[in-house]
Amino acid sequence: MIIVITGKVWKFGNDVDTDQIIPSQYLLLPNVEEMKQYTFEPLNENFASTVCPGDIIVGGENFGSGSSREQAPLVLKALGISAVVAKSFARIFFRNAINIGLPVVICKEVYDAVEQNDTLEIDVLKGTIKNVTEDRNFTSTKLPAHVMNILEAGGLIGFLNKK
Amino acid sequence: MGMTMGEKILARASGKDLVKPGEIITAKVDLCMSNDGTTHLNIDIFENQLKAEKVFDPKKVIFIVDHNVPSESAKTAQVHKKMRIFAQKHDIPFYEGTGVCHQIMIEDFVVPGQLVIAADSHTCSYGGLGAFGTGVGCTDFTSVMHTGEIWLMVPETLKFEIEGSFKAGVYARDLILKIIGDIGANGANYKIMEFGGPAVKKFTVDDRVVLCNMAVEAGAKTGLVEPDQIAIDYVTARGRHDMNLFTSDVDAVYEKTYQYNLDELEPMIAIPHCVDDVVGVTQIGEVKIDQGFIGSCNNGRIEELRAAAQILQGKKIDPYVKLLISPASKAVYLEALAEGLIDIFVESGAMVLNPNCSVCWGSCQGVIGEGETLISTGTRNFKGRAGHPNSSVYLASAATVAASALTGRITDPRGFVV
Repeated sequence: MIIVITGKVWKFGNDVDTDQIIPSQYLLLPNVEEMKQYTFEPLNENFASTVCPGDIIVGGENFGSGSSREQAPLVLKALGISAVVAKSFARIFFRNAINIGLPVVICKEVYDAVEQNDTLEIDVLKGTIKNVTEDRNFTSTKLPAHVMNILEAGGLIGFLNKK
Repeated sequence: MGMTMGEKILARASGKDLVKPGEIITAKVDLCMSNDGTTHLNIDIFENQLKAEKVFDPKKVIFIVDHNVPSESAKTAQVHKKMRIFAQKHDIPFYEGTGVCHQIMIEDFVVPGQLVIAADSHTCSYGGLGAFGTGVGCTDFTSVMHTGEIWLMVPETLKFEIEGSFKAGVYARDLILKIIGDIGANGANYKIMEFGGPAVKKFTVDDRVVLCNMAVEAGAKTGLVEPDQIAIDYVTARGRHDMNLFTSDVDAVYEKTYQYNLDELEPMIAIPHCVDDVVGVTQIGEVKIDQGFIGSCNNGRIEELRAAAQILQGKKIDPYVKLLISPASKAVYLEALAEGLIDIFVESGAMVLNPNCSVCWGSCQGVIGEGETLISTGTRNFKGRAGHPNSSVYLASAATVAASALTGRITDPRGFVV
């Protein structure tokens, strides 16, 4: 697993639900490669065409609320998003992201101290976040060891196959 | 120190005498279910990533096609075909077009005390029968389908004590909208919502399911109601007798307790685009609608159809409004036919659809166009949920939807019921 992640910020608000991340009408497309072009379509129809591999999503409270569709973290990962940082996550999105090896980082403070296009540097294992643009440092919530083990294995499948 | 019923279910599932909030357990799953919203991806993970050959127990894995049924495109038909072939190959129960997945599970599979994992967020519905249901994504589900186990963190429990009785025109649907409006869309994040009190003890299973089903809209891991004779009668009438009746200890620890009195409750509306943006129908003002929808895993059961029929009987809906009605299952549909409700709906001008998730899911027949407004008994009113990204969804009871379809604007149903 990549220990330190550096990327450019895409900032979203509170309660970003999974219908915004990937609307229902694209979920039954045969695979994630076909779905990913529609990521965040209701909020920003240019997102998928302008996002760069390595970019970081920053959200407010309750990021990923709503449906259990794993397609939501999957399309983010397929577009190269390196991490999602939020004040809090909805439960199922959080599990799904961990299960596919997409780092999800809980931090209450960084949200108000970050702007669109700022650069963040995240150390997932240490639990630190740096706003490189503003030169400010933050601490993220430590995840339970079991959850970190799954993330470090690249997700649940890697974790199960290692067992 | 005692345990809540949710903690007891998780203790049994993990082979322990005692569990505490915050503890991570490995639990054995009694049932798992997946629908056409994600199963094609589950099958890919099962066959190509896990390289698994067998499901853990073919009697405990259920596939249900309910989201886009009948298929609206050739690509969807291919997804359904993939599910059908897998189900046949592994000899697992398979349903297609028979009803909304959670209603099928409640009618045909779930008993009190079980731990049920399904690849759908509204799996929390099974708390209506005193079972712990929780939703997961594809990878978790596929792992469960293969191993029969899942890791879970034991959640804190919030208690909701309900007393009083519904006034005419007010329903369990209004109560759960009110609660979510009060505690917020993440007010129960990661937690259990346990509904009890003298009012809930008298609730039918249908009404208990209405409460538990929307627990996820407050972020909860599950919703639960203590199983009693009403729950026992429901499952035994359907031939299921083996169950565990877990109830909360008197000294169980709750993170917080909320009190509600039904005598004070009015019809409630969740306004666009958040489920927790809830107001009383009397505060809604003039809102014109283009479409109404009655159905979904929250509100497509016989009691809701009866409430709607009572309002629509002998009347015609507004000529410029569409009203879609989808019974939650074949069994509900047949019951509605036998009671003459379907005649009432058709004569009123409504379109009666086959049992399916329909417009609550927004990727099938009945979606709304740009600038259109839907009033719905569905589970969510997120932006674009029912069709075009620039459309609006209001959530309300079946009675409120029916009354609104008659007038063409959001309408208090209390003027229509006795």
